[in-house]
Amino acid sequence: MSSITLKNISKYVCKDVNLEIFDKELLVLLGPNGAGKSTLLNIIAGLIDYEGSVLFDNKPVDMLPANQRRIGYLFQELNLFPHLDVSANIAYGLKMQKRPKNEIKARVEELLQIMKIKHLSSRYPKELSGGEKQRVALARALANSPLILLLDEPMNSLDYRTSKYLRTEFKMLQKRLGITTIYVTHNFYEAEEMAERIAVLDKGRVEQIGSPKEIFFHPTEAVNDFIGAPNILNCDYCNRLGFGLVEVKCGDITLVVYSEREKIKKVAILPEDIYLSDARPPGPDVNRVIGRLSEIEESSSTVCCTVTTGKNSLKVKLPKEIFVGMSLSSGDEVWLILAPRKLKIITGGE
Amino acid sequence: MKRYKIFKLKWEIIPIITFLGIWEIIARLNLIPGQFFFPPFSVVLTEFWHLTISGVLGSNFVSSLIRVLIGFFAGSITGLFIGIIMGWNNLVNRSLNPIISLIYPIPALGWLPLLMLWFGIGEILPITIIFICSFFPILYNTVTGIKNVDKNYIFVARILGASDLKILSTVVIPLALPNIFTGLRLESGMAWRVIIAAEMVAIPTGIGALMMKAESLIRIDIIIVCLIVLGVMCLSFEKFFAFLENKLTNRWR
Repeated sequence: MSSITLKNISKYVCKDVNLEIFDKELLVLLGPNGAGKSTLLNIIAGLIDYEGSVLFDNKPVDMLPANQRRIGYLFQELNLFPHLDVSANIAYGLKMQKRPKNEIKARVEELLQIMKIKHLSSRYPKELSGGEKQRVALARALANSPLILLLDEPMNSLDYRTSKYLRTEFKMLQKRLGITTIYVTHNFYEAEEMAERIAVLDKGRVEQIGSPKEIFFHPTEAVNDFIGAPNILNCDYCNRLGFGLVEVKCGDITLVVYSEREKIKKVAILPEDIYLSDARPPGPDVNRVIGRLSEIEESSSTVCCTVTTGKNSLKVKLPKEIFVGMSLSSGDEVWLILAPRKLKIITGGE
Repeated sequence: MKRYKIFKLKWEIIPIITFLGIWEIIARLNLIPGQFFFPPFSVVLTEFWHLTISGVLGSNFVSSLIRVLIGFFAGSITGLFIGIIMGWNNLVNRSLNPIISLIYPIPALGWLPLLMLWFGIGEILPITIIFICSFFPILYNTVTGIKNVDKNYIFVARILGASDLKILSTVVIPLALPNIFTGLRLESGMAWRVIIAAEMVAIPTGIGALMMKAESLIRIDIIIVCLIVLGVMCLSFEKFFAFLENKLTNRWR
C-alpha cells in the first residue's frame, strides 16, 4: 500500500540512517537493546521530531502530524486503554475520525471476526490474557485501515508457544492485507521466522540488510557478534535421501539436513544449538561428531569451547554448570550432536 | 451485578451499640465524678430530638451544609479545571507551580484573620475558607493524576487520529480519575472539619457556632449532639465520593 524511505535520519543514537522498505513488505528491524529501533519507529510514526526526511511512496511526510500519517502502531506494552472495553478500544480510532455509527459498528464486528476475539468484545483489558491483549491491540491498530503497520517487540511478554502461534497468524494476516510492515525485535529466531528482509541495526546504524539466510551465512563483523557467531561449514558432497532429507559431507563430518533440494552449499549452526557430551550419546549414529576439545573460554555463566574434528573446528557454547559437571579439559575427546532442525542451509539456487 | 453499599450496616453495628451501652451505664452509675459533665447517651438522644423539633439543629445544620456545598463545589471545580490545564500544559505548570507551592502549605484556617478583615463576618467568609481548603489538594491530585498518565497512551490516541482536546477528554482525564477522586474524597471530609473550626471562631451560625453557644451555657449534651452530627457528615461525604469512585473506575481498575 505504501513504501517507506528514510533519508539521512538522525535522532538520539541514530546517525544518518538510510533505509528503504518496499511496498507490502514485512521488514524486520533486528538489533540489540539501545540500537535505536524504537526511535526509528517513532520517527516514521511522526511522534518525535528528527533530522532527515521520511518519505511514503516517495512523497515526504515530514510535515504531517502523527494522526495524518495513516499508521498503525503496536507498542511494546500494547497500551490498551484500561477504561474502555475491547469493542470501545477497537472503535476508538474510528470514533476519533468521526465515522458514522453504523460504519464503526460494522468495522468493529469485522475486526473482532478477523482477530477471532468476538467472545471478548465487552471485556476490559484487565480481564484479558497476554495473547488476547495482543489480538485486541492489533485489531485497534488495524481499525483505521492504516497504510503502514509498525510493531515494536509486540511478542515480548508472551510465552514461547503463544508468541510463535501469533507470529505465524500475524504473518498470514500481513500477507492477506498486503500492508507494509516494520517489525522490531532483538531476537534473531523471531526475525528469521517473520522476515522477508532483515535490517540489522546496531548503535544507530544499519549494519546489514538482507534475507535471513544472507544475514546468517554472511554476517558482517558486528552482526556476527549479535546473532551469536554461527559455525558455517562448506559442503563437499550431497546425497539426496528422499523424504525431504539430504545427506551432506563437510570434511570429515557427515550430516543429515532437512531439505527438498539436493545441492547444498553451506550448512550453519549456532554454537548454543550444538549438544556436547563427554560420553557417547545413545541413539543412532546420525549427526554425531567425535572431536577433540581444543580451546576453552569461560565467562560468568557460559563456556565457549572449540572442538576440532579433522579439518573442521566447531564452536560450542553451553551453560557453565553443565560444563563444569563433565570435568573436561583441553585435548579430551567429546561427542557433539547437531540436530537437523537447528541446521540452516544454503542451497545451490540461493 | 455487584451492589455497592454506602454504609455496611452489618456486624459493624455491634461495636457501636456496645460502645453506646457502656457509655450509658458509666454515666448512669455515676462512675465518673462530676457526672454533670458526662451525660448518658439517652440524654444526648433526647436533646437531639428537642433540637430537631425546635428547628435549632436543622437551621444551623443547613447553614453549615450550604457553606460546605458551595465552598467545596466551587473549590473543587476550580481546582480540577486549573489542575487539568497545569497537568496538560508544561508551560502553565512551570509558571503557576512556584506560586502554588508557596501558598499550599498555609492551613486554610490561617487565612481567617485576613479574610475577616477583607470580607467581614458574613457568608462569604466561611465559603472562601472552604474554597481554599478544597482547591489546593484537589488541584495537586489532579496535576499528579494527569502527569502520571503513561505517555504511550497519548501516543496511541494521537496515532489513532485524536486531537489534543480529544486525547485529554477521552484518555487522559479518565485515566487520571482515580487520583482525582482520592483528592475529592479526602477533601470532602476535610471541608466539614474546617467549617466547624471557622464557625467556632468567627461566625454566629452553623453547627460550630451552636457548639460554642452550648459551651458558654455548659450544655454538654448539645455539644455531643453536634459532634455526632459532624462525625456522621464527614463520613457520609467521604463515603459518597468513595461510592462514586467505585462506580466510575471499579470496572476497569
